[in-house]
Amino acid sequence: MRHPFLHWLLRLPRHTAFLALTGGAILLALPVVAMLGGQAWVRILDLAILYVFLALGLNIVVGFAGLLDLGYIAFYAVGAYTWALLASPHFGLHLPFWVILPIGALLACLFGVLLGAPTLRLRGDYLAIVTLGFGEIIRIFLNNLNAPVNITNGPQGITLIDPVAFGAFKLSGRTELFGYTLVGPQKYYYLLLALCVLVVLINYRLQHSRIGRAWQAIREDEVAAKAVGINTRNMKLLAFAMGASFGGIAGGVYAAMQGFVSPESFSLMESIMILAMVVLGGMGHIPGVILGAVLLSILPEALRFGVVPAQQALFGKVLVDPESLRMLVFGLALVLVMRFRPQGLWPSRERKRELLAGEEGKA
Amino acid sequence: MDTFLQQLINGIVQGSIYALVALGYTMVYGIMGLINFAHGEVVMIGTMVSITVLGILLGLGVPMGLAAVLALLAAMLVCMILGWSLERIAYRPLRNAPRLTPLITAIGMSIVLQNLAMIIWSRNYLSFPPIIEKVSYEVAGAHFSNVQLLIVVLAGLSMAGLLLLIYRTRLGMAMRATAQNLPVAQLMGVNVNRVIAAAFIIGSAMGALAGFMVGAYYEIAHYQMGFMLGLKAFTAAVLGGIGNLGGAMLGGLLLGIIEALAAGYIGDLTGGFLGSHYQDIFAFVVLIGVLMFRPSGLFGEKTGERA
Repeated sequence: MRHPFLHWLLRLPRHTAFLALTGGAILLALPVVAMLGGQAWVRILDLAILYVFLALGLNIVVGFAGLLDLGYIAFYAVGAYTWALLASPHFGLHLPFWVILPIGALLACLFGVLLGAPTLRLRGDYLAIVTLGFGEIIRIFLNNLNAPVNITNGPQGITLIDPVAFGAFKLSGRTELFGYTLVGPQKYYYLLLALCVLVVLINYRLQHSRIGRAWQAIREDEVAAKAVGINTRNMKLLAFAMGASFGGIAGGVYAAMQGFVSPESFSLMESIMILAMVVLGGMGHIPGVILGAVLLSILPEALRFGVVPAQQALFGKVLVDPESLRMLVFGLALVLVMRFRPQGLWPSRERKRELLAGEEGKA
Repeated sequence: MDTFLQQLINGIVQGSIYALVALGYTMVYGIMGLINFAHGEVVMIGTMVSITVLGILLGLGVPMGLAAVLALLAAMLVCMILGWSLERIAYRPLRNAPRLTPLITAIGMSIVLQNLAMIIWSRNYLSFPPIIEKVSYEVAGAHFSNVQLLIVVLAGLSMAGLLLLIYRTRLGMAMRATAQNLPVAQLMGVNVNRVIAAAFIIGSAMGALAGFMVGAYYEIAHYQMGFMLGLKAFTAAVLGGIGNLGGAMLGGLLLGIIEALAAGYIGDLTGGFLGSHYQDIFAFVVLIGVLMFRPSGLFGEKTGERA
C-alpha cells in the first residue's frame, strides 16, 4: 500500500510532479545556500519573497479587478506601523503576533474601503490619482505625527520592534536545529515562504471562483458586467479591501523582521515598484507576477553590485552614482516593456491570445 | 485680517503657477484622455535649464533682465522639444493600447527624467539667481514683492494668449474638435497627430514658464520638485473639471488660495495639533472631496463614465 501523498504525486503528469518537487526542494534549500554568501544575501531573499507576497496582493486589485492602485504602499505602511506601535517599547505594548496581524490587516482593509467607497464609481485613472494622493497623505502624517502628541515618532521612526514569536520561540537571533545554526533572516524566510504559498493558493482559488470571474468581467467591460447582474461596486470594493489586507499583513511582518520602521520606507517609489512588478510580469497571471517580483527585487541588488565595478573598468572611476543609474535603467525598462511587450514578460495564455487578436483586428 | 490678506496674496501667486501647470495636464487629458504623469518633471527641467542658462549669461556679464528673458526662452525651447519627444517615444506608439499601459510608460518616463536631472544637476538644492532687483510693497498690512506681481501678470498674459490660440485660430479649432471626438475629427481631415503633438508642445512651453516662475519665486530648485507640483496641478485640473481650460485656470487659483489659507489657519483651528507642515495634504483632501461630491469638477460638464 502506497502512501496517499505518494500516490497523488505519481498520478500527476511526471514532469509536473518532478518540477513541483525540485522547485519545493530548491525553495527550502535556498536560504542555506545563500548563507554561504553571507547574511546579506539571505536578507535579499527575504525581501524578494516579501515583494512576491505584496505583488500578489496588489495583483488581486490590479490584475484581477483591473483597478489601478498607485498607493498600495500606504496599506503596507498601516500594517507596519500597527505592528510597530503595538509591539515595541514606544508605547510599552508587547502584544503577540496573532493579535497584531489581524488588527493590522483589518485596519488596512478599513482604510481600503474608506478610500475606495467614494472613488470606485469613477473612471480608473481618477482612482489612480486618489490612491497616489492617499499614499502621500499617509506618509506625511507618519512623518509629522510626533508633535504635540508623539504617536509615530516622526522621521526617526520606531525602533526595537518585537520580532515574530511563537511562545518562547523567537524568529530573530540564532537557533540550533539538528546541529545547524539558523540565523534570524533564515527563519523569517521560512515564515514568509509559508505566507507566500498561502497567498498563491488564495490567488488561484479566487481566480476561478465566482468572485474571480466577476472581477474579470468588470475588468473587461464594466457596463456589460453590470448588465448581467454583477454588483460592480461591491465587487470592486471587495477586491480593494482584500488587496489592502494583504498589504497590511506584509507590512506587519516587515516591521517585525526589520525591527525598525520609518516613513522613508513607504515612499511613492515603493508603490510604483510593486505595480511595476505586477505589470512587468504579466497582470493577472500568477506565475508571471511572481517572476516580475523576483526579477525586480533581485535585479536592483545585482545592478548595485555591478554598476560600480563596470564603471571603474570602463572609465577608470565612478562617473554616475549607482543609485540613480539603477533607477534610470528601471524607468527605461518600464517604458520599453510596455512598448514592446505590453502583455508583460509571462502573460496568461488568454491574455496573450486577446492581445494578438487585437493586433490582427487592427491591421 | 493681516494673515488673511497676506495668505490670499501668497495663494494667488502660488495658484497662478498651479494654473499654468494644470493647463498642460488638462489639454492633454482633454484630447487623449491620458494623464501625462511626466508633466511635473517637464516643469522641473524648465527650472533647471533656466538656472543653468541664467548662471552662464550672468557670468558673461549679460544684464539681469535680458538674461532672464533669454533663460526663459531657452527653458521653453528645451521643454517643448522634451514634450514633443515624450509624446513620440512614450505615448504615440501606445495610442490604441489598454488604458493602463500609457499611464505606466508615463510613470517610467517620469522616473527617467528625474534621474537624468539628478545626474546632470546633482542631488543638491540649487539656488536660482535673482532675475530682478527685488522691491517690496505694502498694502493694508500685507506685503508683496515685484517678483510676485510679475508672476501673476505673466501667468495671466500667457493664459489669455492660450485662450486666443484655442478659440481664435485654425489649430485651436482642430484641437477642440479632436477633444470632442478624435475619430470623427480625423475623418473631417484634421491631422490628429499634429494636434496631439501641438497640445504637448504648448503644454510644455507653459510648464517651462511655470518652472521658471517657481524658481524665481522660491529661489531654490531640486530634482524632485516636479513631482509634488505636478500632483497638485493635476488636482487643480480635476478641481476645475478636467479637459476644461478655464476650469484649470480657476481650479489652480482656487487650490493655491485654499492651500495658503489652510496653511495660515490650521494651527489656530486645531489648537496647535496640526501645523503648517501639513500644507501638502490639503490638495489631496480637496481632490478626494471633489471626486466624492462633484466628480466632473466645479466647472466641468457632466460626462459620466467613459469606458
